[in-house]
Amino acid sequence: MKARTHESAEGHVNGRALYTDEQHPPQDLLSLWPVQSPHAHAQIRRIEVSAAARMPGVVRVLTAADIPGENDTGPILHDEPLIAAEQVSFHGQAVAWVVAVDEASARAAAACVEVDYLPLTPCLTIADAIAREAYHLPPARVARGDAATALELAPYRVCGEVSLGGQDHFYLETQTSWVQLDADGLIQVTSSTQHPTETQIIVARVLGIASNRVVCRCLRMGGGFGGKETQANPCAAIAALAAWTTGRPVRIKLSRQLDMQMTGKRHPFYARYEAGFDGDGLLQALRVELYADGGWSCDLSPPVLMRAMVHVDNAYYCPQVEIIGRIARTHLASNTAFRGFGGPQGMLIGEEVMARIAAELNLPADLVRERNFYSDDGDGRRNQTPYGQPVVDNHLAELWQQLKRDSEFDARRRAIAQFNAAHAQLKRGIAITPVKFGISFNKTEYNQAGALVHIYTDGSIQLNHGGTEMGQGLHTKMLAVASHVLGVDSAQIRVMPTSTDKVPNTSATAASSGSDLNGQAVKAACETLRERLVPVAAQLLGCTPQAVRFGAGRIWADGDASVPAASARGLKFAEVVQAAYNTRISLSATGYYRTPGLSWDPKQGRGHPFYYYAFGAAVAEVEVCGFTGVHTLRRVDLLHDVGDSLAELIDRGQIEGGFVQGLGWLTCEELRWNAQGRLLTDAPSTYKIPTLGEVPQDFHVTLFRRSRAPSTNVIFHSKGVGEPPLMLALSVREALREAIAAFAATPCPVTLASPATPEAIYTAIERVRRVEPRAVAEALDVAT
Amino acid sequence: MTTPCQFQLNHQPVDMADCDPTESLLRWLKRRRLTGTKEGCADGDCGACTVALLQTESDGNTRFTAVNSCLLPLGSLPGREVLTVEALQQPGAPLHPVQQALVDHAGSQCGYCTPGFVMSLFAGYYAGELGTTAIEGNLCRCTGYRPIRDAAAALARQPVADDAFALRLRLPVTSTAGALDGYHSPLTLADAIALKQQFPDAVWIAGATDLGVELSHGRRRAATYIALDRIAELQQLELNQGHVRIGAALPLSQLETRLAGLFPALDQMLPWFAARQVRNRATLGGNLGTASPIGDLLPVLLALDAVVHLRGPRGERDIAIADYFLGYRKTARADDELIAAVTLPRPPPPSSTTRQLSAAYKVAKRQTDDISIVAAAFAVQIDAAGQVRQARLAYGGVAAIPCRAVGVEDFLRGRTLDAATMETAQALLQAAFTPLSDHRAGAHYRRSLCASLFAKFVATELTGAAA
Repeated sequence: MKARTHESAEGHVNGRALYTDEQHPPQDLLSLWPVQSPHAHAQIRRIEVSAAARMPGVVRVLTAADIPGENDTGPILHDEPLIAAEQVSFHGQAVAWVVAVDEASARAAAACVEVDYLPLTPCLTIADAIAREAYHLPPARVARGDAATALELAPYRVCGEVSLGGQDHFYLETQTSWVQLDADGLIQVTSSTQHPTETQIIVARVLGIASNRVVCRCLRMGGGFGGKETQANPCAAIAALAAWTTGRPVRIKLSRQLDMQMTGKRHPFYARYEAGFDGDGLLQALRVELYADGGWSCDLSPPVLMRAMVHVDNAYYCPQVEIIGRIARTHLASNTAFRGFGGPQGMLIGEEVMARIAAELNLPADLVRERNFYSDDGDGRRNQTPYGQPVVDNHLAELWQQLKRDSEFDARRRAIAQFNAAHAQLKRGIAITPVKFGISFNKTEYNQAGALVHIYTDGSIQLNHGGTEMGQGLHTKMLAVASHVLGVDSAQIRVMPTSTDKVPNTSATAASSGSDLNGQAVKAACETLRERLVPVAAQLLGCTPQAVRFGAGRIWADGDASVPAASARGLKFAEVVQAAYNTRISLSATGYYRTPGLSWDPKQGRGHPFYYYAFGAAVAEVEVCGFTGVHTLRRVDLLHDVGDSLAELIDRGQIEGGFVQGLGWLTCEELRWNAQGRLLTDAPSTYKIPTLGEVPQDFHVTLFRRSRAPSTNVIFHSKGVGEPPLMLALSVREALREAIAAFAATPCPVTLASPATPEAIYTAIERVRRVEPRAVAEALDVAT
Repeated sequence: MTTPCQFQLNHQPVDMADCDPTESLLRWLKRRRLTGTKEGCADGDCGACTVALLQTESDGNTRFTAVNSCLLPLGSLPGREVLTVEALQQPGAPLHPVQQALVDHAGSQCGYCTPGFVMSLFAGYYAGELGTTAIEGNLCRCTGYRPIRDAAAALARQPVADDAFALRLRLPVTSTAGALDGYHSPLTLADAIALKQQFPDAVWIAGATDLGVELSHGRRRAATYIALDRIAELQQLELNQGHVRIGAALPLSQLETRLAGLFPALDQMLPWFAARQVRNRATLGGNLGTASPIGDLLPVLLALDAVVHLRGPRGERDIAIADYFLGYRKTARADDELIAAVTLPRPPPPSSTTRQLSAAYKVAKRQTDDISIVAAAFAVQIDAAGQVRQARLAYGGVAAIPCRAVGVEDFLRGRTLDAATMETAQALLQAAFTPLSDHRAGAHYRRSLCASLFAKFVATELTGAAA
């Protein structure tokens, strides 16, 4: 399909594209500000709101006692009070909300709410949680064979541990919602949410009413990245509660600090691993314990952890595997979905294992990686994942070799070796890493979608589907699908705001599946309408239904050569539509889709959870300063498989943007808390996402052209692209490892913290500089 | 012409009679439902709220300068002209070239940061500055920046349109001082000092890039502010044979261009000092007045042996920069004094007997637009025999004040910078300060940097190669 820019591009650049907090009515509007806990863990003994309630502009102070329904916003477990009632579980948690005529008045009054706390000892790190056995839910396990015995028998063995940091979403538009009640008591919620249906359900739950009294809609988001999958719900719910209690429209938009303090982030992880391998570096056994920092409530931690567990393997086959996962219960904001959904954390650990094996055997890391690839050669045994699904349509090896060639990997590595030999305090490193990422929600029931398409008698079309637009270009792709099926220009089609009264029971726009699922539903709805128009057109054209063709805004009979240009053949789309109306044919249709062939047993950790896999690979080259630990990213080459792209400009944007977001997670974005559990990095002055300066000038992105037809039937043979490119950034971490290793007098394994800040790199360099040649030999002896 | 209680917004006069001078322009725009300008942080760190301020600067040129509207108090606006994204495309007219370039290169995804990029590019477009620095103060979380950089590069290749905006730049802006309650904008130093005597609790405000953050969050430090950004004397730049005198309220962007090539350490540090929108407003006087231990330019001033000129009711007095910092955010400036100017001695031209080496370094978590973990500036004079005549090793981020490693300087004097000297110097530097551990970095790393940055300086500047 043709290159398309974002459907709202003009509105973006001229400032007229409206976002949630720009759409509310100006009259009678109220604003909210929270009263936040100054403790990470404490009992609430008393809340006194009377002084605050008397402050100018204050309309109401809401506490847990004001909630008519259930005081809970948990998406899986009901363990997440909207307003803390008996105890607080993280620093900054809301214990009350002030409703006032404007934000400044609400904020001033929030400072006057008196709360009497009995502080309790908080649990603030994964290590703390392990020591106290503080977990959400029992352990999860994915296993094949007997990893313990295979480890005993393996010729070589390494073990290690990895701690890796989380990541704030830092969507430019913070969490926001506004709510009004209409005269009949319908709750109209406008929310910057990736999951309008869940927002609807949670609002209904909190208010104690049926879902049919709540409509949730979302026009567009100023970024989501998973951060508005569940985290949008509390804001919508508190605005709904305030509107319900005051009878007036209420808006909320969290300040950047509130957003960073109160909402969940990418899970930090801690992992222990043990790998057994042979002299060629081939994996024989792998045992991994994963600990995800879940924060105070469960939220989406179980599926995040599970995705991490089924992505530790990344692109590598291992015959005997045991992966155990646990969710640490800490007194921090509850961690949540973030682009990759645990996959990046799992894959970072898998790549760490590859790097360790290469270091132990003194083999090039790229060689160890490609030797271990899943492969569908022969009996297909080496193409089986530990959870029992084959790696369908596996063309990673082909992609990998193409990228190595195109990036001149081998020649550049030789040049780097020469550079490093000539420089004592400046070292370069180059690395290539693969991505294999499973596409579909692990939770099978989420893999369904709906659409609703109306054609009006003038031939114009309204397109509704269950997905939300957060910048990823979903609406643009849906326009492409509808315009292709109905043969009309996309200018004739209007994508409507996502709304739960148009398409109900939707899934979150997440898991890289937005266009796969909604695209098929849109296609189905449009095909239904087309089938209804065909007999009408056949009669008008005097041809058989089989001969009716759609395209260029017209409908004509196949073989009609009366007019040379297709654009003038047959009838206008609108003429046929009007005729269909006149003959009482319905011009509105729903479409529905469920992904075929999925199964997943979370208890056994087995099944066929993914419809297909996305593949990609990346080469990164870095230069590290030995004086400071500061690095520069010199060049990046990405090759990624998007199938037959629905919109190449948009897919390319996802690849580049995902990579840079991953780069931030792995290098400059660092979350730090103080000893009391207060987030210290709660603003862009202290939490640093990449700027233009971090992006290399030499940045090559290529879409992979596969040589074999796919065995799956994804919408127009495209592939999901939202999340997988983020993990291409692991190449930067591995290139840094190579550069750090070059500071050592003798080959040795490199331990590098994540994120690889200048301090972390400096520390890693200090460590390798201390390694004596003899010590490495001894370490190898121990390992064998 | 506007009256003192008006400003021009998108070519229309706005009556400011009822304005709270400490409210940020961003908040005000939002209340007026001019929603194109977005709030991403309200801290001056994301650029989503960038607008263009039209001003005639002390060099006589009229420019659009990109500024963060979240850091612009309304009090600073009377008589000024502001453009927001809404002004760029008239209804029914084509997009402005910078807008079209972003569309053509797929430079927007979620679109929330886009109006800020548009305004940064807009200012850069007419100023002929469309490189990285034009947009490094704008955060985008979606695109990875490549398409935006390409859009900027494509714009740089086009001739600048001879449109109404270009036409406007040919006329000077005659900004008149405002008279909003509690926010004074005197035009002379004498008036400023007199106002301070009249309102002893008033706070000086220069570019408002630091105080503006407090105001943006609704925290008012004082009932009265005295703005220093319209005093011509404070904007002067004198290039003399032996020294340079810099008006304390000259925006750093002006220093960047007008002092380029004179002080290598300054040239190196200025691009690392925040981002374009902030440098367009921030001043040397502001950096010295705030006296943050991590103010990036302060180590440079220490290494270059600057003199601070203070002006108050008792006249002008000069303080050597080494005597200026007294304690954490405490300085030798009396409360009723203001910082008028800073003098930098020019380095002696290299001769057969001595040469002066100087350089500045900054290490931060992110190399662009971040607060230092350690900032350092070094100036060393070496004679023909390779012996150190004089050395100034200045650091930020390692103590309660920006300060010099005087003991190490003494040790270096008279020695050649050979391996043995460097080994001892580095050991001394490691122990020279007792920095804190915080969310930016640990104390060990900061101590290590004190030593290794000097080693890097010697390796780079003395031998001419960083290895």
